[in-house]
Amino acid sequence: MAARPERPARGITRAAVVLATVAVAAFGGVAVVHEATRERIAATERARELARFDQVLGGLLHDNDLLADTLTLRDPELLGTTAAITAYRARFHGQAVAIVLEPVAPDGYSGAIRLLIAVAPDGTVLGVSAASHHETPGLGDFIDARKSDWMQRFTGKSARNPAVSRWRVRKDGGDFDQYTGATITSRAVVGAVGRTLEFFARHRNELLGDELPAAPATIQP
Amino acid sequence: MTPAAILRAGFRDQNPGLVQLLGLCPLLAVSTSLGNGIGLGLATMAVLIASNGLVALVGRSLPAEIRIAVFVLLIAALVTTVELALAAWLPGLHTALGIFLPLIVTNCLVLARAEAFASRQPVANALLDGFAMGGGFLVVLVALGSVREVLGRGSLGGDLHVLLGSGSTSGLHLFGEQHGFLLALLPPGAFILLGLGLAWRQARRVTAPAPAPGAAATSGMPGEATS
Repeated sequence: MAARPERPARGITRAAVVLATVAVAAFGGVAVVHEATRERIAATERARELARFDQVLGGLLHDNDLLADTLTLRDPELLGTTAAITAYRARFHGQAVAIVLEPVAPDGYSGAIRLLIAVAPDGTVLGVSAASHHETPGLGDFIDARKSDWMQRFTGKSARNPAVSRWRVRKDGGDFDQYTGATITSRAVVGAVGRTLEFFARHRNELLGDELPAAPATIQP
Repeated sequence: MTPAAILRAGFRDQNPGLVQLLGLCPLLAVSTSLGNGIGLGLATMAVLIASNGLVALVGRSLPAEIRIAVFVLLIAALVTTVELALAAWLPGLHTALGIFLPLIVTNCLVLARAEAFASRQPVANALLDGFAMGGGFLVVLVALGSVREVLGRGSLGGDLHVLLGSGSTSGLHLFGEQHGFLLALLPPGAFILLGLGLAWRQARRVTAPAPAPGAAATSGMPGEATS
């Protein structure tokens, strides 16, 4: 009888100790693996970012670290999102040779389409790709470079070529062929690219910046 | 249990995908291509073998109240380990599997084998069970992934290079992707094809000679579909 009230308490203590031991051991194991893979994961993530840029820069020669030469932009009207977006500057011998922007086309068929657009200093497009989207497979995913070359039609265009009023799909009286069966997606992308080029035209000097900024610069019109 | 019985249970009689219907969510979501199927199948198998082994080591000495909590902790740590390893060495596959890699934690197959089998068996049996159940899951993932990729994209193994390293293989191309049967790639296609697989499995069981009395318990109706 005397031992009875003690038993549950002893059981609970033992369970707690075992659970704590296992938790510490599991945590320790994960920490060791995390430490062992940390550098490699950082390197692969960097390589993936740079590969993304290569897609839109089209082999443009540059000698700086794009990921370290950035600007923070905020313009809900032209860049399609209330959140701050990052622009990356490519330089060759200190001279800016391209700006890579990551605007959003908020009016895709299935939500926002994030784009990656490289613009040359003269305001012409070097390349456009879809950074992420939820468009219907087989219909709206023609914006993937792997699926079609539709995105290449923007290369060489700028905010004034064609004229602002022609930055629309053909169906709306513009200069760009909509992809058959996916007018909404086409319209969203054409509009977003046009607005981004307009943003570039308005802020060209701040974006190109002649000096390497000491700290990431911020443009908030 | 004999090794042969454990292997038979995992690959055939209690196949996780076709009989126990465990872990259907990742099974249906990720099996859009052969490469994805193999990737998730191997990752799940690795977690199952390791978790079964660990659980068999500590399972019997655990107080009943915290047994499940300890299993969950161990499985979570193992899945995190596998995820970090894939992010470091196979980043392409890590991206392709996306959220379903960390979600192996919630694959009820892993916890079910820990609780129902590994915690009551010697370590060797538990490891073999992890291999057999993981293998059974892998086979279904590979079959579903192959069929969906061929029907939907007209290729087979088109993204195997993610597993084997870039430039190693571009897979088999049977017809142009634009002629693919889109439904096969979308979730309804996954359900329909898995349904056909279940029907095939059931038909085989109905026409097979009556199992021995001892085996009857392992070949009952499919368990509840969860997760």
